[in-house]
Amino acid sequence: MSLAVAPVPAEPPVTAIRPSRGWAELNLGELWHYRELIYFLTWRDVKVRYKQTLLGAAWAILKPFLTMVVFAVVFGQLAGIPTDGAPPPIFYFAGLLPWVLFQDGVTKAGNSLVAGSHLITKIYFPRLAIPLASVVSGVVDFALAFLILAAMMVYYGLRPTSALWSLPLFLLLALATALGVGLWLSAMNVAYRDVGYVIPFIVQAWMYASPVAYSATLIPEGPWRIVYGLNPMAGVIQGFRWAILGVGAPPSGLLAVSVVVSVLVLIGGALYFRRMERTFADVV
Amino acid sequence: MSELAIRTENLGKRYRIGAMPSGYRTLRDSLMSGLRRVGRRERAPAFETIWALRSVTFEVPRGQVLGIIGRNGAGKSTLLKLLSRITEPTEGYAEIRGRVGSLLEVGTGFHPELTGRENIFLNGAILGMRRGETERKFDEIVAFAEVERFIDTPVKRYSSGMYLRLAFAVAAHLEPEILLVDEVLAVGDAEFQRKCLGKMSDVAHQGRTVLFVSHNMSAVQRLTEETIVIDHGQLVLRAPSAQAVDFYMTSGMAQAGERLWEGDPRLASAAPFRPVALRVFDGRGRVSGQVASAEPFTIEFEYALDQAITGLRVGLYLSTSRGEPVFTSFDTDDQKAFERHTLRPGGRYRSRCRIPADLLNEGRFVLGVNASSYRIRSYFTDENAMTFSVDGTGAPGSHWPETRSGSLRPALDWEITEAGP
Repeated sequence: MSLAVAPVPAEPPVTAIRPSRGWAELNLGELWHYRELIYFLTWRDVKVRYKQTLLGAAWAILKPFLTMVVFAVVFGQLAGIPTDGAPPPIFYFAGLLPWVLFQDGVTKAGNSLVAGSHLITKIYFPRLAIPLASVVSGVVDFALAFLILAAMMVYYGLRPTSALWSLPLFLLLALATALGVGLWLSAMNVAYRDVGYVIPFIVQAWMYASPVAYSATLIPEGPWRIVYGLNPMAGVIQGFRWAILGVGAPPSGLLAVSVVVSVLVLIGGALYFRRMERTFADVV
Repeated sequence: MSELAIRTENLGKRYRIGAMPSGYRTLRDSLMSGLRRVGRRERAPAFETIWALRSVTFEVPRGQVLGIIGRNGAGKSTLLKLLSRITEPTEGYAEIRGRVGSLLEVGTGFHPELTGRENIFLNGAILGMRRGETERKFDEIVAFAEVERFIDTPVKRYSSGMYLRLAFAVAAHLEPEILLVDEVLAVGDAEFQRKCLGKMSDVAHQGRTVLFVSHNMSAVQRLTEETIVIDHGQLVLRAPSAQAVDFYMTSGMAQAGERLWEGDPRLASAAPFRPVALRVFDGRGRVSGQVASAEPFTIEFEYALDQAITGLRVGLYLSTSRGEPVFTSFDTDDQKAFERHTLRPGGRYRSRCRIPADLLNEGRFVLGVNASSYRIRSYFTDENAMTFSVDGTGAPGSHWPETRSGSLRPALDWEITEAGP
């Protein structure tokens, strides 16, 4: 008997479609499969934003810069809030960079599903791609503003600290927090449009709860610092200033609490999102 | 066996309707209904629901092009949405073997601020094309869309025709193993529609599996061999396309030569126009669903105007049961008649149209009606108001017992002369 070697046709992927119940798994593999889509959605966000406005990319710099000027006058000059010994403009600007990244990420991600409803009702892809692209697109603004920060440091004759290597970690923490919060808000926004109106208030209140306009060192050492760290942005902003300017307290218990909270918010947000996802196309 | 591309089993989708005009709620709605329940110790109200699709079971072998037809709201689009995983079924199961591309709309994700080039890449990614794939097909896409000169212009400056051509061009170059296509050809000019249909039949011949939803019956018959008919969320027939189209065009419509509109919910939007009845009278003046080709017959549309209408024209669309139009005619096509009836005061009217003998071929025909004031407002349209059949007895040439193609069978003047040896 001879062994006939028949060419085995590549078996096409099989997709099963059935009603799902309860919590869905995250299915990050699928998200990876759609990485090009995430890239293009991010790219579209950035491109459109810069094209639609008169000043284009300059807004990425102007927004934190003008806020910094206001802060320097109001909090630095008038209120005289201490800036850990750093020149006030650079102190505020270093805090505003991660804050604006977070603020824009949460705002855009929170509204992203509603804004992208025409995509959701017409085509299939992992819905996580939409808020994810919204958050990631903020990195371009961040990078542009970071160049200004570098220029300011040269101007003030400040040398970066040796802890600069940890900067990407804080950046990552800010993105993870923004994505986590954004996932919760975007999924809720689909079911309850009120969320869209609440987001600006949440973000504003959050800013005052974060060490943007003041230093985290104003919070007394001890258990209160740890409680303060429940706001992950406290850890991010404090860490940012420490890594760049070497001012304020080095990462400690506060940061550890921030990381834990951020990871919990992110995982919880992703699970909640996946659970709500199946009704998006019907409800949005 | 893996020869099946799609298999569904009792697929069903239930939507909530009623209380909420649209899907999303405001927090207040939820809070208030929650509070009311606590106050009165009621259980959560059972939402009114509707099965958009129910118990749909069918199989599609690999390489088949299957048509899906049905009225608006019958569940065709829901079926495609389930199969393309945009929404989840409420019950049942479906299995799909192969990469799926769905085309429920052309130009999904197009952004007006981006250039043609940028939108091609973006839309390609959204439709599931790899970047390299889009790059390879880029020139072909641009050529198909005929927008070479404007490729670096933002699409917001495109004419609607260019926009559509570009959008379809990207979609047409999608190469999945299974393609789900909704009514995407309903738009665009006739020339481009022909081009798209050509491209679609190329796709069909490449051995790909295609589900094709359309209201264009001649396109369905041209592109598909087999078609399923969906009605009220149920799969009611699967048959060779010609048969399925005929069934769809003639099912559920009055066959008795009369169609009455009383109680039709669409009437509210037609006010002050109110259709009453459409009747076909055969050669002997009886209301009948069958007329003879060799005899003249009359079509009568009865309607009421709740208030006077200026410039009204009431007309008929006649088409074959295959969906091909035969003619359109209005009661004020004659200019003198139009001037005489410029203002039609409120009241009840009958517009009658006499169809001469020896005009229509034997077969089944579909009558549509329309009432509008030209360029002002269309009051009422029902393109499938009723059907009637034409009997060929005594028609020209009926001494040869053969079927003649075409929807007309006119008695024409022939002259036969000897042209010499």
